[in-house]
Amino acid sequence: MSLAIDQNALTARLAKAERRGKIRAFLLVAPLLAFVLLSFVIPIANLVTQAFYGDLVSSNMPKTTAELATWNGTMPVPESLCESFVTEFKAAKVKDAALPTRIATLVNREFSGSLSKLRPVANNELSAPYCGALAKLNDEWTKPEIWNAIKIVSPSVSPRFFGSIRPETEENKIHLALFGRTLYVAAAVTLFCALLGFPIGFLLAHLPARTSNLLMIIVLLPFWTSLLVRTTAWIALLQQNGVINDTLVALGLIADDQRPVMMYNMFATFVAMTHVLLPFMILPLYSVMTGIKPNFVRAARSLGATPFTAFWRVYFPLTIPGLGAGCLLVFILAIGYYITPALVGGQSGQLISNIIAFHMQKTLNWPLASAIGTLLLAGVLLLYWLYNRLVGIEKMKFA
Amino acid sequence: MKMTKGLSVLLGAAAAIGLTAAAHAGQITVISWGGAYTNSQVKAYQEPWMKKTGNTIVSADYNGGLAEIKAQVQSGNVTWDVVDVETSEAISGCNDGLFEKIDAAKLPKGDNGAGPLDDFVPGAITDCAIANIAYANVIGYDSSKFTGDKPTKVADFFDLKKFPGKRGLKKEAKVNLEFALMADGVASADVYKVLATKEGVDRAFKKLETIKSSVVWWEAGAQPPQLLASGEVTMTTAYNGRLFTPAVKENKPFVIIWDGQQQVFDNWAIVKGTKNKDLALDFVGFSTSTKPLADQATYIPYGPARKSSAPFVGKFEDGKTDMAPHMPTNPDNMKNAIVQDVKFWADHYDELNERFVAWIGK
Amino acid sequence: MAASHSADAGFVRFEAVEKTYDGINLVVKSLNLSIGRGEFLTMLGPSGSGKTTTLMMLAGFESATSGEIYLDGERINNIPPHKRGLGMVFQNYALFPHMSIAENIAFPLQVRHLGKAEIAERVRKALDMVQMSGLDARKPAQLSGGQQQRIALARALVFEPKLLLMDEPLGALDKQLREHMQYEIKHLHERLGITIVYVTHDQSEALTMSDRIAVFNDGIIQQLAAPADLYEKPDNSFVAQFIGENNRIAGRVVSITNGKARIDAKGGTFDALAVKCTAGQSTSVSIRPERVSIDPVQADIVFDARIEEVIYLGDHIRIRVSVLGSDEFVVKTPNQNNQRKFNSGDTLRIGWAVEDGRALDA
Repeated sequence: MSLAIDQNALTARLAKAERRGKIRAFLLVAPLLAFVLLSFVIPIANLVTQAFYGDLVSSNMPKTTAELATWNGTMPVPESLCESFVTEFKAAKVKDAALPTRIATLVNREFSGSLSKLRPVANNELSAPYCGALAKLNDEWTKPEIWNAIKIVSPSVSPRFFGSIRPETEENKIHLALFGRTLYVAAAVTLFCALLGFPIGFLLAHLPARTSNLLMIIVLLPFWTSLLVRTTAWIALLQQNGVINDTLVALGLIADDQRPVMMYNMFATFVAMTHVLLPFMILPLYSVMTGIKPNFVRAARSLGATPFTAFWRVYFPLTIPGLGAGCLLVFILAIGYYITPALVGGQSGQLISNIIAFHMQKTLNWPLASAIGTLLLAGVLLLYWLYNRLVGIEKMKFA
Repeated sequence: MKMTKGLSVLLGAAAAIGLTAAAHAGQITVISWGGAYTNSQVKAYQEPWMKKTGNTIVSADYNGGLAEIKAQVQSGNVTWDVVDVETSEAISGCNDGLFEKIDAAKLPKGDNGAGPLDDFVPGAITDCAIANIAYANVIGYDSSKFTGDKPTKVADFFDLKKFPGKRGLKKEAKVNLEFALMADGVASADVYKVLATKEGVDRAFKKLETIKSSVVWWEAGAQPPQLLASGEVTMTTAYNGRLFTPAVKENKPFVIIWDGQQQVFDNWAIVKGTKNKDLALDFVGFSTSTKPLADQATYIPYGPARKSSAPFVGKFEDGKTDMAPHMPTNPDNMKNAIVQDVKFWADHYDELNERFVAWIGK
Repeated sequence: MAASHSADAGFVRFEAVEKTYDGINLVVKSLNLSIGRGEFLTMLGPSGSGKTTTLMMLAGFESATSGEIYLDGERINNIPPHKRGLGMVFQNYALFPHMSIAENIAFPLQVRHLGKAEIAERVRKALDMVQMSGLDARKPAQLSGGQQQRIALARALVFEPKLLLMDEPLGALDKQLREHMQYEIKHLHERLGITIVYVTHDQSEALTMSDRIAVFNDGIIQQLAAPADLYEKPDNSFVAQFIGENNRIAGRVVSITNGKARIDAKGGTFDALAVKCTAGQSTSVSIRPERVSIDPVQADIVFDARIEEVIYLGDHIRIRVSVLGSDEFVVKTPNQNNQRKFNSGDTLRIGWAVEDGRALDA
């Protein structure tokens, strides 16, 4: 018994001794924790919520929302629905003059042209029977489309924005195609970065210190110039009457009227993005390569491997952690890039991030932007998971 | 607005502006597009207003879009008072409850005594915003590239045989669809009527398709003159002011085709929830009165939104160039002009732009 | 063993080999070395003495600046490493971390395109040979240092190389394991009869394992001899000093007669074997501590020494004395019953045979 008491006391003493250390440790990381929470966790949670949740209609027009939920989609709509819609819509205007237009804007996103049909409802005197009054206002109210649009936007929690990422008409089908193009561009840029970055990283890791320092500065140079300057420099180099074409013509290598098109196409996007993102590939590769002892390759050679076999079966696999980290970095950064491709890529420079920016800044359709962003985030997480399964995240080495 | 200094440092520069605003009661923050445009506003609106009222203005730039304003309004931390916005944004911002309503009837009368509702040109007054100037989307070309006939009308832009070379177009549905219809023979007055139908939209895209492979797409207003200067394109759409400056100041051979010009207003809007609403309203009223609007034209060829300003428009700041012929609102330039229909675009912007983006990608 | 290498004395031959990295300093100077088939030859020397460079030239990772290297009668200067057919064990083993133990051992067989079944069989045998069966699937990082060492050996031997090179292979192990591995390697050598060239800076390792030892210093082989000869009959004072414990007495050669040198040292004159000295020049006489007797009954040379320090080492006692101008002179005496008591400051009578003193270069 006394032993048990002693042990308890000991445990308590240990806990007390450790608590002080824990509190100190917590206080030390608290600023960072708060920063991460404020600048990362909360915004992302907010983003995901925005993509699913919006109570503008359901909180201001609860009866309409409830009735629409049971409406079977056939015309004519029940008079009770018309009545609760009209009264609640008008009540919303009394509550806040901007509310009807805000609701109308939501509906308009689902059914183009609704904005101008809804606003008069709030501004005109309407009396029973309400369905008839609405029909008199505009005969759109006798068709199911507009009611359907209101029905779609009314629930507070819904995946509707994920639905509108795939609009039904053939002409508007862009989101999937843009997702595909974004992945394609990111994958291609990652590949080019890997192909170019590998030999450069190798040189950096194995050249004498003085030469490799100079090379490192050249590699890091893009980091020290602004994105727009770099992009504009590529425009000046690659355009039809740019430095490269002028030089080729002056050297007589191509005819003046046969200048190759290197600007405002996919080629320019690849060149400019590869240039901008290359350091993110080189640095992890370099850090891994400096850690590979020359004895590994020597061992392989002494065991009978040709230089190529020694490279491919021994050196290369040892660089995988760096290559993986570099590819993951470049790919994730490339997925979010849109300024550079938009400026140099011409009609192929439209990527999914442009659409996010477009809905954020121009149409103010934040829920849709959030939905696309959430999908992009999910895609990146999926990649991360895949990478973890294939290579192992604990093996990853950043610079 | 009672803040300790330490707290304001924590909350950053935005809050610091608020703090100084509290310290000197008469101060507002005015946000505009920067460059020569903001410069013209400082000279013509801000400096005279500050001199007249004794208040001060903090002038800052932005790149357009309503995202920042929406964030300020939603967080309740409004630090921008007056913002220069395009009409379409003025309307969608107004619909989204981001701007204060402005009663245009209470604005100053014109110098000629005309009431404000009559003095402003049609389309200049919206629920939440008052236009200050109108700029135009025009077609411009490099005259040194065409030795024989020169292009004179919108249709010439789409005629690659007669006027060879690449074309610059803004990467947006707006403006391009209107130009396409006019080039396809639709009268300027009917453009929006046609565009409201499915067939009209198809027709516009079909016309655009004829030059698609020769198009260089631009995004920022500074790009078109640069594309012309570098020879990347021979003809491009542009904001008229952007072509004026290199043509007059640097003697570039840039020529504007006024046929089919599409006028758009730049407007003052007041951010909802600002603590300085009265001062902001006073500034908006002053800057959109007859004289300041006319003065602005000394610095940039954008047309005043008031009819009464027209007689006061003089010469460019170089002292020799007459501004009137360069104004979108000049009667000679207005023969086949349209005013961008913001109501149409409010209804159809999302839909048409999605189709446009999809079309570009194909 | 001595017989076996004389049978094919020139299995590996270095002829006038020189190596410089910077074109100024020679790391290896005019190296001539002949290694017999089946011999265990150790290159011993301090770091920077040229032993590792010599090994790397033999392996093909460094090229000789001048001179010829022959293996089994073939000149190999221009043959790349992978065609030399040498097994090599590296410092820190250089096991491929991304491959399992079995894959590591199979590697040299795979690059030689052997059949799957044969590879499996030979990997199994190799693991048996180093008593590591059953660890095939582990990764190198999961093994202890000694286990890794054995795997490295198995990998270097599995393809039956003509020659096994070992570059300080035991450097990373603790003392006990190191000694154990020394015996294992030696037994393996005896069992397989393979030629081994071994590099180390640890003289006891070299003495334990080798048939012959080449002592390197300053890019030159100072002495090439069997371990016993190296210890008993060092050719010069570097070797005497580097191998085992050594007492040095500085003096001057008065005269040399019948291979005996008369040495004039501070505090006395005595005779020693004239190995590497010239009459009239200064010399350094080397005497192994264990050859010095205390209170000699019968000795050629006897001196009185003063005890400076007594160190008890269990099985023997080490006594540092000053004699003939050296206060670093060490005498060892076994710890026996009825041991006489030694005290610092006492006078000790010591003596040795003339043949045990070797007069070497100063």
